[in-house]
Amino acid sequence: MKENAATQERLFWLGVKDCLPTVLGYLSIGFAAGVVERTAGLSIAEIALMSVVLYAGSAQFIAVGMFAVGAPITSIIATIFIANLRYLLLSAALAPYFRHLPAWKNTIHGFLLTDETFAVATNRLSLVGYADNGWMLGLNITAYLNWLLANVAGGIFGQWIGRPEAFGLDYALPAMFIGLLALQMADRPGRRTDLTVVACAVLLTIGLNTVLPSGIDVIAATMLAAAIGMVIEKWK
Amino acid sequence: MTMIPRVFPLVVLSKMKLPEWAMRWLHYIPIAIMAALLSQELLLTSADSGYIRLWAALPTVLIAILTRSLMGTVAVGIISMMILRYLF
Repeated sequence: MKENAATQERLFWLGVKDCLPTVLGYLSIGFAAGVVERTAGLSIAEIALMSVVLYAGSAQFIAVGMFAVGAPITSIIATIFIANLRYLLLSAALAPYFRHLPAWKNTIHGFLLTDETFAVATNRLSLVGYADNGWMLGLNITAYLNWLLANVAGGIFGQWIGRPEAFGLDYALPAMFIGLLALQMADRPGRRTDLTVVACAVLLTIGLNTVLPSGIDVIAATMLAAAIGMVIEKWK
Repeated sequence: MTMIPRVFPLVVLSKMKLPEWAMRWLHYIPIAIMAALLSQELLLTSADSGYIRLWAALPTVLIAILTRSLMGTVAVGIISMMILRYLF
Protein backbone atom coordinates (compact mmCIF):
# COMPACT_ATOMS: atom_id res chain seq x y z
CA MET A 1 0.00 0.00 0.00
CA LYS A 2 3.05 2.26 0.09
CA GLU A 3 2.89 4.28 -3.06
CA ASN A 4 5.20 6.99 -4.25
CA ALA A 5 4.00 10.35 -5.55
CA ALA A 6 4.07 9.23 -9.20
CA THR A 7 1.79 6.26 -8.49
CA GLN A 8 -0.60 8.46 -6.52
CA GLU A 9 -0.74 10.91 -9.40
CA ARG A 10 -1.43 8.12 -11.89
CA LEU A 11 -4.21 6.81 -9.60
CA PHE A 12 -5.63 10.33 -9.28
CA TRP A 13 -6.10 10.61 -13.05
CA LEU A 14 -7.53 7.09 -13.18
CA GLY A 15 -10.08 8.26 -10.58
CA VAL A 16 -10.92 11.28 -12.75
CA LYS A 17 -11.44 8.97 -15.75
CA ASP A 18 -13.63 6.55 -13.75
CA CYS A 19 -15.83 9.47 -12.68
CA LEU A 20 -16.65 10.56 -16.24
CA PRO A 21 -19.69 8.26 -16.79
CA THR A 22 -21.51 10.02 -13.92
CA VAL A 23 -20.66 13.54 -15.08
CA LEU A 24 -23.59 14.00 -17.49
CA GLY A 25 -26.19 12.71 -15.03
CA TYR A 26 -25.13 15.07 -12.28
CA LEU A 27 -24.73 17.92 -14.76
CA SER A 28 -28.46 17.74 -15.60
CA ILE A 29 -29.60 17.54 -11.95
CA GLY A 30 -27.17 20.27 -10.86
CA PHE A 31 -28.34 22.46 -13.72
CA ALA A 32 -31.99 22.00 -12.75
CA ALA A 33 -31.12 22.74 -9.10
CA GLY A 34 -29.35 25.94 -10.16
CA VAL A 35 -32.34 27.12 -12.22
CA VAL A 36 -34.81 26.43 -9.40
CA GLU A 37 -32.58 28.15 -6.83
CA ARG A 38 -32.15 31.23 -9.04
CA THR A 39 -35.87 31.57 -9.72
CA ALA A 40 -36.53 31.15 -5.98
CA GLY A 41 -34.55 34.37 -5.51
CA LEU A 42 -31.03 33.21 -4.64
CA SER A 43 -28.04 35.06 -6.12
CA ILE A 44 -25.33 33.29 -8.14
CA ALA A 45 -22.94 33.60 -5.17
CA GLU A 46 -25.53 32.05 -2.84
CA ILE A 47 -26.10 29.21 -5.32
CA ALA A 48 -22.35 28.54 -5.51
CA LEU A 49 -22.09 28.60 -1.70
CA MET A 50 -25.06 26.24 -1.33
CA SER A 51 -23.65 23.70 -3.82
CA VAL A 52 -20.21 23.80 -2.18
CA VAL A 53 -21.46 23.54 1.43
CA LEU A 54 -24.47 21.21 1.08
CA TYR A 55 -23.23 19.32 -2.02
CA ALA A 56 -26.43 17.28 -2.30
CA GLY A 57 -29.13 17.66 -4.93
CA SER A 58 -31.95 16.46 -2.68
CA ALA A 59 -30.84 18.73 0.21
CA GLN A 60 -30.69 21.78 -2.06
CA PHE A 61 -34.10 21.16 -3.64
CA ILE A 62 -35.59 20.58 -0.17
CA ALA A 63 -33.96 23.73 1.26
CA VAL A 64 -35.24 25.93 -1.58
CA GLY A 65 -38.70 24.34 -1.64
CA MET A 66 -39.24 24.68 2.11
CA PHE A 67 -37.69 28.16 2.14
CA ALA A 68 -40.12 29.22 -0.60
CA VAL A 69 -43.18 28.15 1.43
CA GLY A 70 -41.80 29.84 4.55
CA ALA A 71 -40.96 26.79 6.65
CA PRO A 72 -39.04 27.51 9.89
CA ILE A 73 -35.26 27.11 9.63
CA THR A 74 -35.17 24.38 12.31
CA SER A 75 -37.53 22.14 10.35
CA ILE A 76 -35.56 22.79 7.13
CA ILE A 77 -32.34 21.71 8.87
CA ALA A 78 -34.04 18.67 10.44
CA THR A 79 -35.50 17.56 7.08
CA ILE A 80 -32.15 17.94 5.30
CA PHE A 81 -30.47 15.99 8.07
CA ILE A 82 -32.98 13.10 7.89
CA ALA A 83 -32.96 13.14 4.08
CA ASN A 84 -29.21 12.68 4.21
CA LEU A 85 -29.29 9.96 6.88
CA ARG A 86 -29.23 7.53 3.96
CA TYR A 87 -25.57 8.43 3.60
CA LEU A 88 -25.04 6.65 6.94
CA LEU A 89 -25.64 3.39 5.12
CA LEU A 90 -23.47 4.23 2.11
CA SER A 91 -20.69 5.53 4.33
CA ALA A 92 -20.95 2.49 6.64
CA ALA A 93 -20.78 0.15 3.64
CA LEU A 94 -17.53 1.73 2.42
CA ALA A 95 -15.95 1.97 5.89
CA PRO A 96 -14.10 -1.41 5.82
CA TYR A 97 -12.06 -0.27 2.80
CA PHE A 98 -10.82 2.83 4.63
CA ARG A 99 -9.24 1.25 7.72
CA HIS A 100 -5.69 2.04 6.64
CA LEU A 101 -6.29 5.77 6.03
CA PRO A 102 -6.00 8.43 8.78
CA ALA A 103 -9.20 9.99 10.15
CA TRP A 104 -8.64 13.38 8.51
CA LYS A 105 -8.44 11.80 5.04
CA ASN A 106 -11.59 9.78 5.75
CA THR A 107 -13.31 13.02 6.79
CA ILE A 108 -12.61 14.46 3.32
CA HIS A 109 -13.66 11.28 1.48
CA GLY A 110 -16.80 11.07 3.64
CA PHE A 111 -17.86 14.64 2.97
CA LEU A 112 -17.45 14.11 -0.79
CA LEU A 113 -19.56 10.93 -0.80
CA THR A 114 -22.56 10.93 -3.19
CA ASP A 115 -24.91 8.27 -4.56
CA GLU A 116 -23.07 8.22 -7.88
CA THR A 117 -19.51 8.24 -6.54
CA PHE A 118 -20.60 5.52 -4.11
CA ALA A 119 -21.68 3.34 -7.03
CA VAL A 120 -18.37 3.91 -8.85
CA ALA A 121 -16.32 3.40 -5.66
CA THR A 122 -17.96 0.11 -4.59
CA ASN A 123 -17.23 -1.26 -8.05
CA ARG A 124 -13.51 -0.60 -7.78
CA LEU A 125 -12.99 -1.12 -4.05
CA SER A 126 -14.52 -4.60 -4.13
CA LEU A 127 -11.98 -5.48 -6.85
CA VAL A 128 -8.91 -3.80 -5.36
CA GLY A 129 -9.78 -4.55 -1.72
CA TYR A 130 -8.87 -1.14 -0.29
CA ALA A 131 -9.32 2.57 -1.09
CA ASP A 132 -6.42 4.31 -2.85
CA ASN A 133 -6.21 7.84 -1.53
CA GLY A 134 -5.19 9.20 -4.95
CA TRP A 135 -7.95 7.41 -6.84
CA MET A 136 -10.62 8.51 -4.34
CA LEU A 137 -9.45 12.12 -4.62
CA GLY A 138 -9.56 12.00 -8.43
CA LEU A 139 -13.09 10.59 -8.37
CA ASN A 140 -14.42 12.94 -5.69
CA ILE A 141 -12.85 16.18 -6.89
CA THR A 142 -14.13 15.64 -10.46
CA ALA A 143 -17.67 15.06 -9.17
CA TYR A 144 -17.45 18.06 -6.80
CA LEU A 145 -16.27 20.54 -9.46
CA ASN A 146 -18.80 19.20 -11.96
CA TRP A 147 -21.58 19.79 -9.42
CA LEU A 148 -20.48 23.37 -8.67
CA LEU A 149 -20.19 24.13 -12.40
CA ALA A 150 -23.66 22.68 -13.14
CA ASN A 151 -25.29 24.66 -10.32
CA VAL A 152 -23.75 27.97 -11.38
CA ALA A 153 -24.57 27.33 -15.06
CA GLY A 154 -28.18 26.58 -14.07
CA GLY A 155 -28.28 29.74 -11.97
CA ILE A 156 -27.02 31.90 -14.83
CA PHE A 157 -29.50 30.28 -17.23
CA GLY A 158 -32.26 30.74 -14.63
CA GLN A 159 -31.93 34.53 -14.88
CA TRP A 160 -33.55 34.39 -18.32
CA ILE A 161 -36.35 32.04 -17.34
CA GLY A 162 -39.35 33.58 -15.63
CA ARG A 163 -41.06 30.38 -14.55
CA PRO A 164 -39.01 27.14 -14.45
CA GLU A 165 -42.31 25.26 -13.90
CA ALA A 166 -43.33 25.92 -17.51
CA PHE A 167 -40.35 23.80 -18.61
CA GLY A 168 -41.01 21.11 -16.01
CA LEU A 169 -37.63 21.83 -14.37
CA ASP A 170 -39.03 21.64 -10.84
CA TYR A 171 -39.90 18.00 -11.60
CA ALA A 172 -36.15 17.12 -11.62
CA LEU A 173 -36.34 16.36 -7.87
CA PRO A 174 -39.20 13.81 -7.84
CA ALA A 175 -37.73 12.30 -11.02
CA MET A 176 -34.37 11.92 -9.27
CA PHE A 177 -36.04 10.22 -6.30
CA ILE A 178 -37.79 7.82 -8.70
CA GLY A 179 -34.48 7.08 -10.44
CA LEU A 180 -32.57 6.50 -7.18
CA LEU A 181 -35.37 4.31 -5.82
CA ALA A 182 -35.35 2.13 -8.95
CA LEU A 183 -31.54 1.90 -8.93
CA GLN A 184 -31.38 0.88 -5.28
CA MET A 185 -34.11 -1.75 -5.52
CA ALA A 186 -32.74 -3.21 -8.77
CA ASP A 187 -29.35 -3.97 -7.25
CA ARG A 188 -30.39 -6.02 -4.23
CA PRO A 189 -32.43 -9.08 -3.17
CA GLY A 190 -35.67 -8.98 -1.14
CA ARG A 191 -37.81 -7.10 -3.66
CA ARG A 192 -41.07 -7.99 -1.88
CA THR A 193 -39.94 -6.59 1.48
CA ASP A 194 -38.59 -3.50 -0.31
CA LEU A 195 -41.95 -2.90 -2.00
CA THR A 196 -43.75 -3.33 1.34
CA VAL A 197 -41.44 -0.75 2.94
CA VAL A 198 -42.07 1.65 0.03
CA ALA A 199 -45.86 1.22 0.34
CA CYS A 200 -45.71 1.72 4.13
CA ALA A 201 -43.57 4.86 3.71
CA VAL A 202 -46.08 6.34 1.23
CA LEU A 203 -49.14 5.57 3.38
CA LEU A 204 -47.45 6.72 6.61
CA THR A 205 -46.35 10.00 4.99
CA ILE A 206 -49.89 10.74 3.80
CA GLY A 207 -51.40 9.72 7.14
CA LEU A 208 -48.90 11.53 9.37
CA ASN A 209 -49.08 14.65 7.19
CA THR A 210 -52.48 15.40 8.68
CA VAL A 211 -51.25 15.31 12.30
CA LEU A 212 -47.56 16.32 12.20
CA PRO A 213 -45.85 19.48 10.93
CA SER A 214 -44.34 19.33 7.45
CA GLY A 215 -40.87 17.78 7.49
CA ILE A 216 -41.42 15.88 10.73
CA ASP A 217 -44.02 13.70 8.96
CA VAL A 218 -41.37 12.55 6.47
CA ILE A 219 -38.87 11.80 9.24
CA ALA A 220 -41.39 9.79 11.29
CA ALA A 221 -42.71 7.89 8.23
CA THR A 222 -39.19 6.95 7.15
CA MET A 223 -38.10 5.64 10.54
CA LEU A 224 -41.34 3.67 11.02
CA ALA A 225 -41.33 2.18 7.50
CA ALA A 226 -37.68 1.09 7.88
CA ALA A 227 -38.54 -0.47 11.25
CA ILE A 228 -41.39 -2.41 9.58
CA GLY A 229 -38.91 -3.70 6.99
CA MET A 230 -36.51 -4.72 9.76
CA VAL A 231 -39.24 -6.66 11.61
CA ILE A 232 -40.52 -8.40 8.42
CA GLU A 233 -36.98 -9.51 7.57
CA LYS A 234 -36.47 -10.89 11.07
CA TRP A 235 -39.76 -12.83 11.18
CA LYS A 236 -39.51 -14.28 7.69
CA MET B 1 -26.18 18.74 8.13
CA THR B 2 -25.29 16.90 4.94
CA MET B 3 -21.77 16.42 6.26
CA ILE B 4 -22.36 14.63 9.60
CA PRO B 5 -24.06 11.49 8.21
CA ARG B 6 -21.48 11.20 5.44
CA VAL B 7 -18.36 11.68 7.55
CA PHE B 8 -19.27 10.09 10.90
CA PRO B 9 -19.66 6.43 9.81
CA LEU B 10 -16.58 6.47 7.59
CA VAL B 11 -14.41 7.79 10.42
CA VAL B 12 -15.98 5.90 13.36
CA LEU B 13 -17.41 2.72 11.82
CA SER B 14 -14.18 1.91 10.03
CA LYS B 15 -12.95 1.30 13.61
CA MET B 16 -16.01 -0.56 15.06
CA LYS B 17 -18.99 -2.79 14.30
CA LEU B 18 -22.75 -2.05 14.50
CA PRO B 19 -25.26 -4.54 16.00
CA GLU B 20 -27.12 -6.63 13.42
CA TRP B 21 -30.58 -5.07 13.99
CA ALA B 22 -29.16 -1.60 13.41
CA MET B 23 -27.62 -2.67 10.10
CA ARG B 24 -30.95 -4.19 9.06
CA TRP B 25 -32.83 -1.00 9.98
CA LEU B 26 -30.27 1.12 8.10
CA HIS B 27 -30.69 -1.20 5.11
CA TYR B 28 -34.29 0.01 4.66
CA ILE B 29 -33.71 3.70 5.44
CA PRO B 30 -32.66 4.72 1.89
CA ILE B 31 -35.72 3.35 0.09
CA ALA B 32 -38.06 4.48 2.90
CA ILE B 33 -36.83 8.09 2.78
CA MET B 34 -36.96 8.15 -1.04
CA ALA B 35 -40.55 6.87 -1.01
CA ALA B 36 -41.57 9.31 1.75
CA LEU B 37 -40.04 12.32 -0.02
CA LEU B 38 -41.49 11.17 -3.34
CA SER B 39 -45.05 10.85 -1.98
CA GLN B 40 -44.69 14.31 -0.47
CA GLU B 41 -43.61 15.67 -3.86
CA LEU B 42 -46.34 13.89 -5.83
CA LEU B 43 -49.34 13.91 -3.50
CA LEU B 44 -48.98 16.58 -0.83
CA THR B 45 -48.23 19.72 -2.83
CA SER B 46 -51.05 21.91 -4.07
CA ALA B 47 -48.96 23.56 -6.77
CA ASP B 48 -50.63 21.79 -9.71
CA SER B 49 -54.18 21.17 -10.83
CA GLY B 50 -55.49 17.64 -10.53
CA TYR B 51 -52.99 14.83 -10.33
CA ILE B 52 -50.67 15.81 -13.16
CA ARG B 53 -47.57 15.37 -10.96
CA LEU B 54 -48.70 11.80 -10.39
CA TRP B 55 -49.38 11.24 -14.11
CA ALA B 56 -45.90 12.50 -15.00
CA ALA B 57 -44.50 9.83 -12.68
CA LEU B 58 -45.90 7.08 -14.92
CA PRO B 59 -43.45 7.44 -17.87
CA THR B 60 -40.70 8.41 -15.39
CA VAL B 61 -41.03 5.19 -13.37
CA LEU B 62 -41.18 3.16 -16.59
CA ILE B 63 -37.93 4.67 -17.90
CA ALA B 64 -36.27 4.28 -14.48
CA ILE B 65 -37.07 0.54 -14.40
CA LEU B 66 -36.18 -0.05 -18.06
CA THR B 67 -32.97 2.00 -18.38
CA ARG B 68 -31.73 2.33 -14.77
CA SER B 69 -30.20 5.60 -15.91
CA LEU B 70 -30.47 8.53 -13.53
CA MET B 71 -29.97 11.07 -16.29
CA GLY B 72 -32.54 9.45 -18.59
CA THR B 73 -35.07 9.29 -15.76
CA VAL B 74 -34.63 12.97 -14.84
CA ALA B 75 -34.84 14.02 -18.50
CA VAL B 76 -38.04 12.03 -19.12
CA GLY B 77 -39.58 13.39 -15.89
CA ILE B 78 -38.88 17.00 -16.86
CA ILE B 79 -40.17 16.55 -20.44
CA SER B 80 -43.32 14.70 -19.28
CA MET B 81 -44.10 17.47 -16.84
CA MET B 82 -43.50 20.14 -19.47
CA ILE B 83 -45.89 18.44 -21.91
CA LEU B 84 -48.57 17.81 -19.25
CA ARG B 85 -48.46 21.43 -18.06
CA TYR B 86 -48.69 22.61 -21.65
CA LEU B 87 -51.76 20.44 -22.28
CA PHE B 88 -53.67 21.06 -19.03
